[in-house]
Amino acid sequence: MENNEKHHISSYTSHALVLIALLVLTFITVYISKFHFGVFSVGVALLVASVKATTVLTWFMHLKFESKFTKWMVGGVFILFALVVIITFIDYLLR
Amino acid sequence: MTNHSGHPHQIDSETGKMGMWLFLFTELFLFGGLFLAYAVLRIQHAEGFHRAAQELDIFIGTLNTVVLLVSSMTVAMSITALQKGNKNLSIGLILITVLLAGVFMVNKYFEWSHKFEHHLWPGSEVYLNLDRTEITFYGLYYMMTGLHALHVFIGAILLIVTVFRIKAGVQHAGHYVLLENSALYWHLVDLIWIFLFPLLYLIT
Repeated sequence: MENNEKHHISSYTSHALVLIALLVLTFITVYISKFHFGVFSVGVALLVASVKATTVLTWFMHLKFESKFTKWMVGGVFILFALVVIITFIDYLLR
Repeated sequence: MTNHSGHPHQIDSETGKMGMWLFLFTELFLFGGLFLAYAVLRIQHAEGFHRAAQELDIFIGTLNTVVLLVSSMTVAMSITALQKGNKNLSIGLILITVLLAGVFMVNKYFEWSHKFEHHLWPGSEVYLNLDRTEITFYGLYYMMTGLHALHVFIGAILLIVTVFRIKAGVQHAGHYVLLENSALYWHLVDLIWIFLFPLLYLIT
């Protein structure tokens, strides 16, 4: 098809590299869960999970190569969700 | 979105994908609400959550994480294969993804039946005699992993439908929005698990 040039085709190698990165991050999470950082362990676990989620969104879900509009839309929704979380916590912690 | 040539398939694909993303946002808030409930209750009942979470099998949890990550890669590769016109490879990769979905569900079956053997299911006598905060943890555990497993099941069905559409030649190198959308759905299942796994299994 003549339109194909417009679509970015991800290579098999890039998908494999993304998988390796995700697996390494998974084992890091499992490994550090053995140490007890107290309050910080939740933070560390969520931080690694966020890095993994961003990797999946960017490469596997192909966001890197989507239109600006889609990127902003997805980013905006995550900011909206973050706001919901923050506002809920402000409510609970200041009660 | 402004620079496409107006080829009907391409317009379909753009809007089709946009619609899928909008649907995924509602999914984000469906699970997001549960995550939020988990976070708030966890802060209030740290002790009980800590005790209950220790009962979960980290090995099965880790194994299922690896299974889902690999399946995410195979479904992403199936798009590459179809874009390059390699129909059979694409179908093969989707079928591997469906197979991995099956492996995930079998693991989940063993995990849940292990708990059921200990009479630990919502409403059972053992369950109701637990500490109140542990009941809360297990309630969220069954709700979140159950809802997630339902998504794995639906995702697998979507992928199987996609295989038939590729076989029929409806989805091909020039038009593959159904494959893209099924893949997006599948990645969402993976995304949710990325957060479920550390929160339920690891933080003890």
